[in-house]
Amino acid sequence: MPTMEVGHVLHHKRVGPGIYYLQIKAVSIAREAEPGQFVHVRCTQGTDPLLRRPFSLHEIDSDRGIISLLYQVRGKGTKWLTGHQANDPVDLMGPLGRGFRIVDGISKAILVGGGIGMAPLLPLAQAFRSKGVEVLAFLGAASRGGLRGGLVRLEAYETSTTFLGLATDDGSMGYHGVVTDLLPTHLEKGGTAVYACGPDGMMRAVAQLAAKYNVPCQVSLDKYMACGAGACMGCVCKRKDSRGEITYARVCTEGPVFDAREVYF
Amino acid sequence: MGQVDLSVNIGGIAMRNPVTTASGTFGFGQEYSAFVNLNKLGAVVVKGITLEPRLGNPMPRIVETVAGMLNAVGLQNPGVDVFLEEKMPFLRQYNVPVIVNIAGNTVEEYAMVARRLDKTPGVAGLEVNISCPNVKQGGMAFGSDSGMAAAVIRAVKENTGLPVIAKLSPNVTDIGEVACAVAEAGADGLSLINTLLGMAIDIDRKKPVLANVVGGLSGPAVKPVAVRCVWQVSQAVDLPIIGMGGITCWEDALEFIMAGATAVAVGTANFVNPRTTIDIIEGLQNYCLNHGVGDIKELIGCAWKYRERS
Repeated sequence: MPTMEVGHVLHHKRVGPGIYYLQIKAVSIAREAEPGQFVHVRCTQGTDPLLRRPFSLHEIDSDRGIISLLYQVRGKGTKWLTGHQANDPVDLMGPLGRGFRIVDGISKAILVGGGIGMAPLLPLAQAFRSKGVEVLAFLGAASRGGLRGGLVRLEAYETSTTFLGLATDDGSMGYHGVVTDLLPTHLEKGGTAVYACGPDGMMRAVAQLAAKYNVPCQVSLDKYMACGAGACMGCVCKRKDSRGEITYARVCTEGPVFDAREVYF
Repeated sequence: MGQVDLSVNIGGIAMRNPVTTASGTFGFGQEYSAFVNLNKLGAVVVKGITLEPRLGNPMPRIVETVAGMLNAVGLQNPGVDVFLEEKMPFLRQYNVPVIVNIAGNTVEEYAMVARRLDKTPGVAGLEVNISCPNVKQGGMAFGSDSGMAAAVIRAVKENTGLPVIAKLSPNVTDIGEVACAVAEAGADGLSLINTLLGMAIDIDRKKPVLANVVGGLSGPAVKPVAVRCVWQVSQAVDLPIIGMGGITCWEDALEFIMAGATAVAVGTANFVNPRTTIDIIEGLQNYCLNHGVGDIKELIGCAWKYRERS
């Protein structure tokens, strides 16, 4: 069950251009949260900016009551957040949404992250590793240190995965090209499931590859949100339901994680 | 220490306190039930329901503005049948009046939804959303024309014995005139204001932010307009009013009550603090205790009712 909790900052640092790592003591949320869920955070003390901002959970430590966010500065709200120092309060709602479903009976999981979309894949990798499942993670970005989400927190991903593949559009690090180019050789071996989070174009490409190789695929969507709780209907995505009918589903409630076959990107 | 009577009555709907939820901001009750004990509220006003399911508008549907937000959700809802089968059972678990907001494209549709909801256990009243575009009359909102607004209210009243509350739009030249027209047509109460028509432009893409181009502005930014409307309408018409528009705290609620509202509704503020309604109930209670007000109804319209006194 989601709650409202005022946590406090344990650790906050810039890890790349416009990208920050924020570690928060939040016992209730840490206890309940699952990989793929998010928290809705107040990014102001007044009415401007007004709305909370949603951030996927980057780390979940239920034993120690700690969560962390990996976020990118985009506007007024996130800019305000960057000023937070150790012990400052953080007003949270969460955990919210439907997280990743751990697929049974696979020997390895393939995780694909684009830009800041890499954030929710870390706790998923850790969950799979704790079950003895191999994790192959592929992270892509425009550039190793680009404004649109560089390749950051690599040490944490290296520790939590069996294999880490990197790609940059400009070739400044890893494979020179799109991250989806790295997938076919692994997908065609089978015995796996794919989890993706990143720009819509990337997730569409991953979904198409997964369908081609008949591999189960889940995607985590990102949408502008107002309420974050399923009440306002502002954050919907087009989705084909089990009867093949097209509806608008709430990314904050029916998602953010969806079966890739259901989503119209 | 005296006890405070916070109870109010809106056209036959008895409420334990004057705090309700604004339609479209509180879903069907279940969405916020983890954060708010619905049994504490004066009433729950649910999302607008139409005869048939509505898909709603394409994205983007929302955008934040200074001290507010724009929405063009487009009344996405599962339709009255699914509402009755799947949403009402949850609400019936609680002991809180449920007011169902209804909408339609034609006068006939409003009437049919009203008839479907009539005599439904757990439904305490209807709130009629007349800000919908009237498809038979070229898309002008029903609520922007006194005659059309009255026609809708009359049709609804003919099809239900439930208390009928008319939700008024501020996007009119004279809200008092519309209020008088719906009062004459038989409305048992009024709720105001609905959202203000507004828009935003994305200067990078050189086009409107919202797919629908225009949307409704809500939040703290609209409060002065809303208070003004309650002030005017409460003096033009002798019907109980649910006042809303940018309420975030008990002080805001008091402005509306003193302007002439019998009850208030909390909308956008729920997104920021889901417990806003509860905080306001407690705040009003404390205010009354601290100021020797035994019954909150004493405060209704006091900003204009006792103007002659010095």
